[in-house]
Amino acid sequence: MKPPTELEAAPAPDTATENPVIGIDQSSGNFSYKVDHYAFDAGTGLSEDTVRYISSVKKEAPWILEFRLNALKKFLSMPMPTHWATKDLENIDFSKIRYYLSQGQKPKRTWDEVPDDIKKTFERLGIPEQERKFLAGVEAQFDSEAAYSNIKDIVAKQGVIFVNSTEGLREHPEIFKKFFGKVIPTGDNKFSALNSAVFSGGSFIYVPPGVKVAQPLQAYFRINAENFGQFERTLIIADEGAEVVYMEGCTAPKFSTSTLHSAVVELVALKGAKIQYITVQNWANNVFNLVTKRGVAHEEAEIKWIDCNIGSRLTMKYPGVVLKGRKARGEVISIALANDGQHQDTGAKMIHAADETTSNIVAKSISVGQGRSTYRGIVHIPKHLKGCKNNTECDALLISTNSRTDTYPAITVRGDANSVQHEASVSKVSAEQIFYMQQRGLSEGQAMSLSVNGFINDLARQFPMEYSVELKRLIDLEMEGSVG
Amino acid sequence: MSASALTETTSLVGSFTDEAFAAHLASLGAAPAWWLDRKRAAFEKFASLPMPRRTDEHWRFSSIGALTLDGFALHSSVVSTEFAPAAAAPATASLSLVNNEVATQVAPSAELLSRGVIVTTLADAALKHPELLKAHFMAQPQKLGSEKFAALHTAFVGDGAFIYVPRGVELTAPVVVVHAAAGPDTAVFPHTLVVAEENSKVTVIDYFLSADAGAHFACGANDLYAAHGAQLTYIAAQNWSRDTLSFQFNSTIVRRDARVQSLNLHLGARQARHESMSQLQAPGAFSEMLALTVAEGAQEFDQRTLQVHQAPNTKSDLLYKNALRDKARTIFSGLIIVDPDAQKTDAYQTNRNLMLSDEAEANSLPGLEIQANDVRCSHGATSSRIDPEQEFYLQTRGIAKSAADELLTFGFFEEVLSKLESTTLHDGLHDLIKAKFKK
Repeated sequence: MKPPTELEAAPAPDTATENPVIGIDQSSGNFSYKVDHYAFDAGTGLSEDTVRYISSVKKEAPWILEFRLNALKKFLSMPMPTHWATKDLENIDFSKIRYYLSQGQKPKRTWDEVPDDIKKTFERLGIPEQERKFLAGVEAQFDSEAAYSNIKDIVAKQGVIFVNSTEGLREHPEIFKKFFGKVIPTGDNKFSALNSAVFSGGSFIYVPPGVKVAQPLQAYFRINAENFGQFERTLIIADEGAEVVYMEGCTAPKFSTSTLHSAVVELVALKGAKIQYITVQNWANNVFNLVTKRGVAHEEAEIKWIDCNIGSRLTMKYPGVVLKGRKARGEVISIALANDGQHQDTGAKMIHAADETTSNIVAKSISVGQGRSTYRGIVHIPKHLKGCKNNTECDALLISTNSRTDTYPAITVRGDANSVQHEASVSKVSAEQIFYMQQRGLSEGQAMSLSVNGFINDLARQFPMEYSVELKRLIDLEMEGSVG
Repeated sequence: MSASALTETTSLVGSFTDEAFAAHLASLGAAPAWWLDRKRAAFEKFASLPMPRRTDEHWRFSSIGALTLDGFALHSSVVSTEFAPAAAAPATASLSLVNNEVATQVAPSAELLSRGVIVTTLADAALKHPELLKAHFMAQPQKLGSEKFAALHTAFVGDGAFIYVPRGVELTAPVVVVHAAAGPDTAVFPHTLVVAEENSKVTVIDYFLSADAGAHFACGANDLYAAHGAQLTYIAAQNWSRDTLSFQFNSTIVRRDARVQSLNLHLGARQARHESMSQLQAPGAFSEMLALTVAEGAQEFDQRTLQVHQAPNTKSDLLYKNALRDKARTIFSGLIIVDPDAQKTDAYQTNRNLMLSDEAEANSLPGLEIQANDVRCSHGATSSRIDPEQEFYLQTRGIAKSAADELLTFGFFEEVLSKLESTTLHDGLHDLIKAKFKK
């Protein structure tokens, strides 16, 4: 049993390329295939017509179209955030992106109904196999729309809703409308505005009071078309005392032009609820991955983001928790690996808004070759709160002479009844450790892999077993040939 | 000039208009042409650069609204005769300046003079030591957000202190400089430049103070240069009036095996911005950057630092501690940059905020940009109140809560003060802090 990652399976690639630096054949993940005809295609570029087209294809209620058009205006009026972010953002050409592509509207409920070519792609990624084995439900998104979506009967009977965004807003507006766009307002940033204008796909989940979903729910995202922008929208609501674990994975074939992925993920944990959101991001390394993720934790609720970024050209993602109720707890566990040509700009935001709220951020990054990893964070404890605590730890490991790491935290504390601590360190793999392992018969490369895995081991253990095994394997692969 | 253009110009320069600048140049008398040219270029830069904006990352969390340049004046000739600030401790030499002009001057001993020690005014140095001044005056471009105000400083700097310690000379007693502002709405531009040549040793103390409680504008800078093997200690004790808007820029350049220790004590001003840049240029260089701030009332202390490691085997260690009372605000924004070839760098950055009131606000932005892999770098930032267990322990020993808090607060400062080699200096700074605390 293996979780889906890009490096799974190996169809014959037609654009085989060997990465000369790390010495592995990265094309093994390049299982793209051609879709001759998309039934629905919004064309290239973004305008009001694009938005109207998407909305009409989805047969949306008028308020959603209005929401989208309003978002489009905001998107167009907001500047690129290059005063603090990397200038690489300017290389995104919004006029060359295809904003909506799908082969059909209704997600299939049984695996047999899924078209053969799509099925083949996902089978290589192990999706149906996983579902049988340990997942409570799966959704698989192909370009703009979910190709397959299913939850186990036993979970459905508990009243759990697990659908895509279109269905969620159409079939269950009474549940989802209340929270949709509330955790992350449209104008939160330029990319959340973009997502709000053209969103499609993603998961809408509702877990009723007291229901503890025993097995994880999973979504799988795939970009298949060149120049395509994927804008999924996810909203998870855990009602009072409910518990849910959600996992997402992603792949894209490697095209010569860059691709944009810009998701918005909103989580709402009502009183005493627990949400754990796990991401293993392994996009091809020409994907701009610009994602806004935030949760609101009410009284005694807990939101935990486990975020692992290995792929993409540029990732900018800072999962956040607004600690709104007394004794709420937020946590971000972040692992980033940046290789040549990659910039992992990741981090966390913790906004304390009630007494006795606690938050914990542990971020570890590894930079290999010319890779650059950045930690960016906000911890905010406003006036007159009591008993709030934050702990932040950022550790960076630099493998090669030219690797780069940056740390940019921002911490604001008001009042004398709270406490905050932040620590960061930068180090390299110890030469003595490598020497010792070599002396015991390991090759230098093996020793390096072991060292790097040791560096993230305490975090990797927090992933579900399958993911942590896979993570180690990915790191081994990325580390291959990085020595010397 | 059209009316709209006039309005725009006014908002960019405040009181520091073309006319004010012309008057300032006229007051300089015998200044050499290159110096005047440099000032003219700086004025043009100042007048053309925009004021800080909310979206400027370098001004994040700062109260930009209160950065007004209006209503200040250069009082070139109102040095009050009764006011002659006393220099503390026995000194090698001392210099006091009031409103940009020299008030008192005590020269080094004849013996030191014969060995080549120079303690003089900036105006004198511009005439007699132009090469040194050209090489070291504002030697690092301003990178922390205050390009405009640093240009303003260069344009209007009147007189200042110039200290030169030749090769191999060790000064046992400190050089003491006092910069004072007097009179209502006075603008002052203090400058202290220290050049420590190879294997020399010197301690320089800058005192900044106001002769009255008036609203002052202080825009000062200091340049520290430590050549091969030199040891330079620099102390700045800032105690402007509580209605002062203060800018202070520091540039530290450390050469091979040299060591610079700087300590900034921040007590005064309404809003004080301090920007400090250390460049470690050659192997063995070490810069220790220390600061203590006592913030109370509605004071805002905005400290921005940069540690740049340009060569292998260099070290920097920063420790900035803030104690916050009442509604005070502090901002600490630090950045360590390790250049691609600067292997074996040791760089540390620590910011500790002691929250002593329910309404104080501490902001920390401790940053790292590392481009070499064989380095040891860390930063830490904490904000919290006095440890209740320590407080309780002292109370069980019969010490009243208020006294216990004071002891613990001074214990918090002691970590920085104890890094000073000289006990006289240690005690002097301790007393200054105490005076603010007891008020």
